[in-house]
Amino acid sequence: MKTIGYIIQKEFKQIFRNKGMLPIIFILPLVQLVILANAATFEIKNIKFAYIDNDHSTTSRELIEKFDASTFFNVLANYSSVKQSNSAMLNGDVDVVLEIPSYFERDLLKKKHNNLGLTINAIDGATAGVESVYVNQIIQSFNKNLRIELMAAPDLLAKPINITSIPSFWYNETLNYKTFMVPGILVLLVTMITLFLSGMNIVREKEIGTLEQINVTPIKKSEFIIGKLFPFWVIGMGLLTIGLIIAKLIFDIPIVGSLALMYAYTSIYIFVVLGIGLFISNYTDTQQQAMFIAWFFMVIFILMSGLFTPIESMPQWAQIITEFNPIKYFVEVMRMVMLKGSSFNDILPQFLKTVLYALVMNALAVWSYKKTN
Amino acid sequence: MSIVVDGISKSYKSLKALNNISFDVKEGELFGLIGPDGAGKTTLFRVLVTLLFADEGKATVAGFDLVKDYKIIRESVGYMPGKFSLYQDLTVEENLKFFATIFGTTIEENYELIEDIYVQIEPFKNRRAGKLSGGMKQKLALCCALIHKPTVLFLDEPTTGVDPVSRKEFWDMIKRLQLKGITILVSTPYMDEAALCDRIALIQDGIILQIDSPEAILKQYPKLIYNVRADNMYQLIQSLKLYEHSHSVYPFGEFVHYTDKRTYFNPNDLKLYLAEKLLTNITVEITEPTIEDAFMELAK
Repeated sequence: MKTIGYIIQKEFKQIFRNKGMLPIIFILPLVQLVILANAATFEIKNIKFAYIDNDHSTTSRELIEKFDASTFFNVLANYSSVKQSNSAMLNGDVDVVLEIPSYFERDLLKKKHNNLGLTINAIDGATAGVESVYVNQIIQSFNKNLRIELMAAPDLLAKPINITSIPSFWYNETLNYKTFMVPGILVLLVTMITLFLSGMNIVREKEIGTLEQINVTPIKKSEFIIGKLFPFWVIGMGLLTIGLIIAKLIFDIPIVGSLALMYAYTSIYIFVVLGIGLFISNYTDTQQQAMFIAWFFMVIFILMSGLFTPIESMPQWAQIITEFNPIKYFVEVMRMVMLKGSSFNDILPQFLKTVLYALVMNALAVWSYKKTN
Repeated sequence: MSIVVDGISKSYKSLKALNNISFDVKEGELFGLIGPDGAGKTTLFRVLVTLLFADEGKATVAGFDLVKDYKIIRESVGYMPGKFSLYQDLTVEENLKFFATIFGTTIEENYELIEDIYVQIEPFKNRRAGKLSGGMKQKLALCCALIHKPTVLFLDEPTTGVDPVSRKEFWDMIKRLQLKGITILVSTPYMDEAALCDRIALIQDGIILQIDSPEAILKQYPKLIYNVRADNMYQLIQSLKLYEHSHSVYPFGEFVHYTDKRTYFNPNDLKLYLAEKLLTNITVEITEPTIEDAFMELAK
């Protein structure tokens, strides 16, 4: 026990003496949290909008005003011909072009319906989809008002009552993307820092030759490993704490669930990450190699975590792979506990899988450590 | 016997690093392993300090079996690897304390053993190990290898890359440790350090060429050695190599060490031959063999 204590003490001394690493451990994640949470949003704002008004009537102008009033659209230009608007879209000057046909108002009154031409730049398919929905929403609400204004009262009465759905968004009422992203990004930072540090740590001893010196001492391998990895467990928990404080203070993210549950889950989750780190360091000889391998896993884990793209929309085989992604569980648990206030029973499946993962990963890591060193 | 090595072999893929090595080291002896780079010295050390398994053969260190009792061996040997391998970002004192702790002891407990080495680096005890000079680093590494009072000390090329003054100091320290009853196995590529050992093993390509005391090895040297000198060193060596009776020609500082094939050799014959080759200022005189000459002769 005394030996482990001393190794931990030594490890902390080395971490805090490393002037290059210290800011990376504590400041960089926070900067990233602040920047990423603000930048990584799926809301599409400032859509470059242009129109071709062939009608020049009150109705058509009212429709354009609707777009102008929306915060999502920037009405940039009014083109006189389709040719002009096409070349503007080719240049990337506009993303959405609305074409209002001639006699729009007259036909609308006469035939009670009309068509509008909509052209969307769909290089980014997801964005184009969202833009189309926004445009439709504006036109629909315009349509509803139009009926009331233009149609005669008896006409209106004869119509059946319109059914409108009023959605209520649970757990994130204002559909604030930050609320959704911050817990996820916090997860990434805790994972990234602990994985990189633990992966590089034992390799470092190999690289500078101290591992050989350690191996001829009577110290037990388990003591050495525990002593070396424990500081990173502490750092991981520290990062979670700092991250939660920032989430609360800067982003005002609601923390509905129990903090104790979050910490309990994280404490086990970090074991998984440390196990992966140790495993990597057993099969590498330099910090550089360890770093590259850690990055490789990190990128796959992040992209398949459900943080940026929903797992449900991945192909079946990819969904199966995500079952082996620890970040996925951590993201789920953090979102569930922080935003929904889930209890231990709710996160039990994730909890058990993580415990199992931790056991398997650490057993593998210790086994390979014995084999390779 | 403090170390008994019996038929140890070790291969790295197709390269045979150690080939049937056998020797033994008496208690309290200073035993030198002399050989060029790549001879297998470090591999042998790594086997003996339980870092590597040998493919064949067995050995005991301090009376314990290398495989069965490796845990006890680790407690009773001190190992100083050739490459400086202490924590560069910890101070001198912290390094020493770290190794004392993981050996389950304290600096104070065995201070008398390291005292005369430690006092030399004590003024720098708050300096980080990475900032020490080469000689200081070696002293610190030696202190760390001694802190648990080992009965056998393994020093792998302790003086490689160290300046001549520090080298001499270091050997004085080794000698003093020997007086305290510690068995020491030291390896070095410097042949001049061989004379300081009680016994030496000359090793090359994983094979031990000879084991004996340095004096005995020199006494067994079969030939007379001549120091040959002339103005043009390069031409001198070329000419000597072409000489029909030449047995060996090795540059040795400002001289060339020359041996002749014939039992009766008149140095004047050689002088005449060299004069024919247009060399000037020729001197030929008998000299004493060194360990290097013995090694070259054996390695031939």
